[in-house]
Amino acid sequence: MATLEIKDLHVEIEGKEILKGVNLTINTGEIHAIMGPNGTGKSTLASAIMGHPKYEVTSGTVTLDGEDVLEMEVDERAQAGLFLAMQYPSEITGVTNADFMRSAINARREEGDEISLMKFIRELDSKMEVLEMDQDMATRYLNEGFSGGEKKRNEILQLMMLKPKFAVLDEIDSGLDIDALKVVSKGINEMRGEGFGCLIITHYQRLLNYITPDFVHVMMQGRVVKSGGAELAKQLEESGYDWIKEELGIEDETVGQEA
Amino acid sequence: MTVETKMALTEQDVRSFSANMNEADWMAEFRTDALAKVEQLPMPTPDKTKIDKWNFVDFPAHAVESTTFATLAELPAEAKEIVGDDQKNIYVQHNNTPAFISLSDELKAQGVILTDIFTATREHADLMKKYFMTDGVKVDEHKLTALHAALLNGGVFVYVPKNVVVEEPLQVLFLHDDAQASLFNHVIVVADANSSVTYVENYLSTVDEAAGQANIIAEVFTEDNAKVIYGAVDVLAKGFTTYVNRRGITGPNSRIEWALGLMNDSDTISENITHLVGNGSSSDMKSVVVGRGSQKQNFTSEIVHWGLDTDGFILKHGVMKEAASSIFNGIGRIAKGATRSNAVQESRILMLSEKARGDANPILLIDEDDVTAGHAASVGRVDPLQLFYLMSRGISQQEAERLVIHGFLAPVVSKLPIEGVKKQLTEVIERKVR
Repeated sequence: MATLEIKDLHVEIEGKEILKGVNLTINTGEIHAIMGPNGTGKSTLASAIMGHPKYEVTSGTVTLDGEDVLEMEVDERAQAGLFLAMQYPSEITGVTNADFMRSAINARREEGDEISLMKFIRELDSKMEVLEMDQDMATRYLNEGFSGGEKKRNEILQLMMLKPKFAVLDEIDSGLDIDALKVVSKGINEMRGEGFGCLIITHYQRLLNYITPDFVHVMMQGRVVKSGGAELAKQLEESGYDWIKEELGIEDETVGQEA
Repeated sequence: MTVETKMALTEQDVRSFSANMNEADWMAEFRTDALAKVEQLPMPTPDKTKIDKWNFVDFPAHAVESTTFATLAELPAEAKEIVGDDQKNIYVQHNNTPAFISLSDELKAQGVILTDIFTATREHADLMKKYFMTDGVKVDEHKLTALHAALLNGGVFVYVPKNVVVEEPLQVLFLHDDAQASLFNHVIVVADANSSVTYVENYLSTVDEAAGQANIIAEVFTEDNAKVIYGAVDVLAKGFTTYVNRRGITGPNSRIEWALGLMNDSDTISENITHLVGNGSSSDMKSVVVGRGSQKQNFTSEIVHWGLDTDGFILKHGVMKEAASSIFNGIGRIAKGATRSNAVQESRILMLSEKARGDANPILLIDEDDVTAGHAASVGRVDPLQLFYLMSRGISQQEAERLVIHGFLAPVVSKLPIEGVKKQLTEVIERKVR
């Protein structure tokens, strides 16, 4: 079992503190969901874990099996087993999706032990089939001209090809219609297992109808303010966030406001 | 500011060179007329690059003697990689020496001409007189064109007769492996009515330093409804002062497509202009550039619309590293009367270091109302978010930059018509950006 541990994490962007002491422990085999209204720091947490250049960690720790993640370069974090499915994946002209994924897979392997082209293609084909993606998506330039839904599927395709220990899915459900949502969920559920831990960031409960989380956390004002099981998500769907605010005496849940 | 143009060569030198090369008599006259003009003509004035300190006139030798090749198998290894074993239609020039030529019997029977420029002055005098420095590049445009005409010491003549479609690309290799050599090469490609041809040329220096001049002119003509695809990869060594002028003239409903990999290590002035003369003609002008070291380069890509319903598209992508600097002039010009023309251009420069300089200079000069035009230009660095994205998949920063750069140059690289040449360009880019 592997463990991703986030302790008292404080993160700034352009001098403004967004995360104000996040604590979270995720083990492989577990699926966690972080919910919360917009502007409460959810995506910042995702980006900071992966090492986004705009976010500055001012204090706290992130460790993967005791290793200091914050000391690692972005590519080293990926090599160590982290993956971030991004809300806004970059478009890269001239680099085909397939070439990119092969480079990413081979980056994890020793020189001379690169994945064979046949094996790669077989695997790519089968994952694309799960995600109901057109075959031509492999030869198109990375994310260029992809629709919102295609980009999200492509993020999950990479997740399935790269098989990380931990994945952070940043609003993977935004902009998806119900059919696409089902397909994406199918891909994520296929990853589910002892060797895989997942942190799903969303502000809609609907994704969690298809992927049942083991733990649900609510973020407000840059902290995790409440945690529970799958039933917490149901409760939020039925009653919204107001009861939590009331319970905790929060008037404005967004970052920058104090309880 | 004066430019020293004290010519080392006299009229007598030029005449005896012409005789040595066994040229037609008219060519000797052409040369001496041009030589007489060199002195009084001004230097060209590439926009935004000062060239008054550049030396375009001194060189150690007008022409050097190099070996010929009995078969392509005798080519040096670097050249062999580009050429491929089954290239049937090819001309190889070794420094200044016509070194190998092959044209399939089928094409010969159809009347296709592929020959060195000296032979062309004798055997195809009528065609040469019609196309050589008449309607394309003129002798008296400036000092360097006149100098070129006087000192021309290599090049190739290609003619495709009416209604002939040449399926296989014609390849020309200018192999440079003598540091003393200068290249005053002249290329003429003529596609007569309803014909089409793909022409690919390589300038390949296999020595690291050059002491000579590269003053290169290419003229491309498409008659009615003809099509020329012109691919080039220039890899000339540091030390040359390079002036390369590639020009196209289109007849009605004809088309010229350019795909240029401009990979010189020398200081370079490159000018690529297509005149869309015939109604309904079009040109697609794609170039990629990589600059490194302290190289200074100026690239002008221009399409001039004269005919009705003409269509021009300029795409230019460049990468500058170390202290290299370059100017990208993209010019779309629509003359009065060229109604319903369309002039579109895009120039992008990626800078890989603090000291690298790039200037994208888009210009639209429009003298007609009923037209469409557009331009896009950008100069920037590698997007940190793109790098973050790639690195978040485990790809190292170096590899991520490599992917972004190759991707950035891919739209032109992928257009090159010969697989070996495409591969060569990819490898040159790889070597230059590393």
